Amino acid sequence: MSHIPADLRYAATHEWARLENDGIVTVGITDHAQEALGDVVYVELPEIGRTLQAGEQAGVVESVKAASDIYAPVSGEVVAVNGALGDSPELVNSDPYGSWFYQLRPADPAELDKLLDAAGYEQVAGD
Amino acid sequence: MGERTPLYDLHLALGAKMIDFSGWEMPLHYGSQVEEHHQVRRDCGVFDVSHLCVVDVTGPAAQAYLQRLLANDVARLDATGKALYSVALNERGGVVDDLLVYLTAEGYRLVSNAATRQRLGAWLRQQAADFEVQLRERSDLAILAVQGPEARARLSAQVTIARAALIKELQPFQGLDEGGWFIARTGYTGEDGLEVMLPASEAADFFNELVGAGIAPIGLGARDTLRLEAGLCLYGQDMDESVSPLVSNLAWSIAWTPGREFIGRAALEAEREAGVSRKLVGLVLEERGVLRARQAVRVEGIGEGEVTSGSFAPTLGKSIALARLPMATGERAEVEIRGKWHPVRVVNPSFVRHGRILI
Repeated sequence: MSHIPADLRYAATHEWARLENDGIVTVGITDHAQEALGDVVYVELPEIGRTLQAGEQAGVVESVKAASDIYAPVSGEVVAVNGALGDSPELVNSDPYGSWFYQLRPADPAELDKLLDAAGYEQVAGD
Repeated sequence: MGERTPLYDLHLALGAKMIDFSGWEMPLHYGSQVEEHHQVRRDCGVFDVSHLCVVDVTGPAAQAYLQRLLANDVARLDATGKALYSVALNERGGVVDDLLVYLTAEGYRLVSNAATRQRLGAWLRQQAADFEVQLRERSDLAILAVQGPEARARLSAQVTIARAALIKELQPFQGLDEGGWFIARTGYTGEDGLEVMLPASEAADFFNELVGAGIAPIGLGARDTLRLEAGLCLYGQDMDESVSPLVSNLAWSIAWTPGREFIGRAALEAEREAGVSRKLVGLVLEERGVLRARQAVRVEGIGEGEVTSGSFAPTLGKSIALARLPMATGERAEVEIRGKWHPVRVVNPSFVRHGRILI
């Protein structure tokens, strides 16, 4: 049974999104996703400054098992990426909600409301 | 529901992520396959490999039978306890299976892959028609492999005095029975270690004792990355019935004893005569990314081939692979990963041995 924090929003593609106090959106992948992937060995992050549309491919997470695309849950401009994942990709497995991938300045904060809440994601994750 | 070893419930209790492996429900890992890999290289770990097939061959024609069946020559086993690695070929020189053969007090013991149990079994029985031999599949046995630099020491502390004494004396590639447990200094990881074949009824308790003594359980995920780093072939991936040992880095295991007409010999001789056109090599990806089976490989000015096995190699911190490429391939090639070509270094297919990085 995977862990699904109640205070986050979720994409059906298994990214989580957190709206910060300053309006920035932080993005990572869920416990369900890391468990399905197995040990993560490489993470490919989007370039800072890149503009993403909601649902667009933003990067790649490569595990011992397979390479999986990660997507943008909402539209926006990439303002930060988590460099710690370069040296320690295993953090994605051990701490999926603490190991963020990138941060966006959202083009339209209302898009967050279209994301799944915890109960909605639980349906998708089907644990 | 697939086949289950006697340790199935223990795997679940230890939190294993279970997968189907050739019709068996086996542990992929118990948390992190990368951690389990490191554990074996640095210390030791215990694997449940009870899905492997054990067949005892007895009878007056046992040696002659195996000399016909196998590309390596069991006559080389000149003392009880000695073991060798061999492939079994079909008439076209294609590999039916790879296996270990031990000379035992009663005859020979074959240990072969789970995936080929039915196919090899049928082949063994078909060929046995011409020889006075008995074949007995030992599905009453479980097999535990304890591998790593500390394996022999740690295992010795958990067995009877007589078995500990045997462990102390065992040479590499030697296996002997002690009180109904067959203990061999063999393995599939490139590390020192032992494989213990014991009555299935005793396996769960023994596995529990090992884990209770702090020997980490290791899943099939780590088993695969360990054997790949050691440059060891996996049947069904690195070779199968469509290729010969000559293009699988296994020519060393063929014994060309004069006059020994093993099955497939003529086909191999013809292949050598015509000039062996391919070879199985190692690949190293120096940049980020993971090499995986069936990725296309190209060698400039020479030709193309394919990755047969690939993975991230935890001890190396980068990705490696085995690939079948044109014989003239030099030290560089390119692999197609998700639509883009990446340069790789071509090396001898042996990356890590006894914890030492060779490439």
